[in-house]
Amino acid sequence: MADKPRLRVPSEAKKGEIIQIKTLMSHPMETGFRKDEAGKPIPREIINKFVCTFNSREVFRADLEPAISANPYFEFTLKVEESGTFAFAWVDDNGTVTTAEQSIAVS
Amino acid sequence: MNALTRRGALLLGAGLSLTLVDLDEGAATPAEAEAEIAKFTGGKAAESGKIVPLDIKVESPMTAADYVSDIRVVGDANPNPGIVTFHLTPMAGRAEVATRIRLGGTGTLTVLAKTSTGKFYAERKMVKVTVGGCGG
Repeated sequence: MADKPRLRVPSEAKKGEIIQIKTLMSHPMETGFRKDEAGKPIPREIINKFVCTFNSREVFRADLEPAISANPYFEFTLKVEESGTFAFAWVDDNGTVTTAEQSIAVS
Repeated sequence: MNALTRRGALLLGAGLSLTLVDLDEGAATPAEAEAEIAKFTGGKAAESGKIVPLDIKVESPMTAADYVSDIRVVGDANPNPGIVTFHLTPMAGRAEVATRIRLGGTGTLTVLAKTSTGKFYAERKMVKVTVGGCGG
């Protein structure tokens, strides 16, 4: 059910530049508060954690709760001093981890 | 921006385990939380509570010695007041994050930022929501 996450990460940057990263993950973010037509509660299933690492070092993390809109979107900044690879991971309640990677050349 | 009230502090406590541990250690009390540093824009009148854009900016040098380490967002109109917690590192460069949140109705939205030096900054705002985004 998980589509490929969308990333917007610059492919190159100057040393010390603060870059902006935007990510969008397709996910219904079922809150667990809704009921189906028969009145039975629909079980919660959300992305509960988002982690961004740079060269295997954690640089940004978010703990999500059901109050994050469907298709979780995040925008944040990072100051880059060296070339490397960003790795992103979205952790689903059901244990599924969706990952994406993007490298950046820093001059 | 009002100082955090006792009720507000209790409300925050509903999901604020990480920060509350530090409060218990006497690093700071909610009353010491300073205003006007943490800013956010969350659409004062959101048409639908399903997608409310939230932009958070916290003034901070973001150096290894002094940076914003955690930002917690709480909304009292939601069945579960905790909304999201961000964990930042000095590598962020700026303490700026944006996301989209759900709000169950009109209520107070609180953003609480904690720095690596143990200071807290808070900003609260009334957000009007015409149609809630949490129920079904």
